[in-house]
Amino acid sequence: MNGAIEAPTIEYGQLMPMLLVFGAAVVGVLIEALAPRYLRKAIHVPVTLLSLAGAFALIILQAVRDGVPEQASAMGAIAVDGPALFIWGVILVLAFISMLLINDDDQFVAQAAAVPGSPEEEDAVAQGGAHTEVYPLALFAIGGMLLFSSANDLLIMFVALEVMSLPLYLLCGLARRRRLLSQEASVKYFLLGAFSSGFFLYGMALVYGFAGTVDLGGISSALASVGGQDSLLYIGVALLGVGLFFKIGAAPFQAWKPDVYQGAPTPITALMASGTLVAAFGAVLRVFWVALGNLDWDWRPVMWAVAILTMVVGAILAITQTDIKRMLAYSSIAHAGFLLIGVIATGDAEQNSGSLSGILFYLLTYGITTVGAFAVVTMVRDAGGEAGHLSRWAGLGKRSPLLAGIFAFFLLAFAGIPLTSGFFGKYAVFAPAVSGGALGLVVVGVISSAVAAFFYVRVIVLMFFSEPAADGPTVALPSVGTAAVVTIAAAATVVLGVFPQPVLDLADQAASALFIR
Amino acid sequence: MTTHYLVLSALLFAIGAVGVLVRRNAIVVFMCVELMLNACNLAFVTFARQHGNLDGQLIAFFVMVVAAAEVVVGLAIIVTIFRTRRSASVDDANLLKY
Repeated sequence: MNGAIEAPTIEYGQLMPMLLVFGAAVVGVLIEALAPRYLRKAIHVPVTLLSLAGAFALIILQAVRDGVPEQASAMGAIAVDGPALFIWGVILVLAFISMLLINDDDQFVAQAAAVPGSPEEEDAVAQGGAHTEVYPLALFAIGGMLLFSSANDLLIMFVALEVMSLPLYLLCGLARRRRLLSQEASVKYFLLGAFSSGFFLYGMALVYGFAGTVDLGGISSALASVGGQDSLLYIGVALLGVGLFFKIGAAPFQAWKPDVYQGAPTPITALMASGTLVAAFGAVLRVFWVALGNLDWDWRPVMWAVAILTMVVGAILAITQTDIKRMLAYSSIAHAGFLLIGVIATGDAEQNSGSLSGILFYLLTYGITTVGAFAVVTMVRDAGGEAGHLSRWAGLGKRSPLLAGIFAFFLLAFAGIPLTSGFFGKYAVFAPAVSGGALGLVVVGVISSAVAAFFYVRVIVLMFFSEPAADGPTVALPSVGTAAVVTIAAAATVVLGVFPQPVLDLADQAASALFIR
Repeated sequence: MTTHYLVLSALLFAIGAVGVLVRRNAIVVFMCVELMLNACNLAFVTFARQHGNLDGQLIAFFVMVVAAAEVVVGLAIIVTIFRTRRSASVDDANLLKY
């Protein structure tokens, strides 16, 4: 202790993908401040898409050229390891295609401050255009997702959680139509999200009290060295778990998901349902495997219960839904349960990397199919906007066989039918779980998949074997972006369902060295 | 003795959590969330004292900044819905269900 403060070393090269996204978000704020209104969108679109593509290219460059670093970057705060690079890549791909949907006109409110139904709103709509703040907000959320999935200490994880969530709370309230629903979704998401991050934070405080550090590796070594503070640790871990389970939408903390998914603008729902889930699973894995890996005998029974509850609640409540977005939300809850099976199936290093690789592959397949499904939802429209109610989808197969066929294909992928990506995703998670001794969970998983298949097939039957209503919804001619999203998602679902091996190998490779500490 | 501070922090956290669950006005609910965050800060600073390192105090600063950002976003959302509905009650916002 000589009083001198050493400057921290920060590996800017490794953090570059994330810094690029955050940098583009800051540039986006400047564009909002400086560019004239009519030019803003034209500047935002290339900046946003190029930064996401550039970040993706940097990740590939780093993985190919530099390999995976031996230790965490930025003084142990951020771990850019194999799983992190894979998850970053997945998030950026999903964010890029969600961004193509967000580009679509006609989704976001013209003037959020104008009260719905007021003359000001009519003026704003008549002037045309929409809020372009959507772009920087989405970029901040995406940057937060990248940071959340690679945080190597709990403080960074908490900050990243908020950087990811705060823009999403706002984005949820910006739907152009059905603004009351959208605002209500935003308030609910915000209040519940803030509530859950309070739990996360208190859990973090208690774990800090136990370990004297918030570094994930430090917590892991404190598990062995600190004695007699067990209650502090257990309560802390439970509260941390509440915060994380809320983010992935695991039961019994799933209540926000259907409301928020239904109320939010559909492109934002696509971003949340894919990117946030991927990022949150990255964080869950880090907390429970890196920091609490040696405590697995204690958290595993609770996680069993949560996983079973999540799968059952997701699959059964989805059957009763009458709104397509709510149904997809419950399906996302069920999928979070399937993914939790992989989190539970730990053991020796080989077992862990098998489970991890399965989770990584599942996240990719599920994310892409989800964005595609929500893209289809944006195209089926009524006079008042998207036709959300399932009864309106009756006979869609007769009006627009191609679109209905693609949507049916996405639903089959969610159900995990062979020759779709969903089949190999489920197989990649369930197979290591069986060898990891979680056979009971896999049985529950397969049964809830079967239950879930029922309501997916119900929608397919509705689309193809019912007579279309006389005043049924029209299928909007898709913009280039939306058409591209549907095409990319459908192609990925086919390719990953027929030739999954290259991507499975990539996931294996990313997972082989597990997480660095 | 740092135990008293921990008990106080747990009490504040519990009051905040109960407040979120029972109060009906979105602003009050939000204030209760802020109370929970402040309870966390107290716990962090106490544990920092107990462990004799500065991490906890440093975290408290981060939490304050995050809480401030959350106020900005939260009040914007609550004011918007208040202007639409002329009410900030979380019970009135009930279009999304089942």
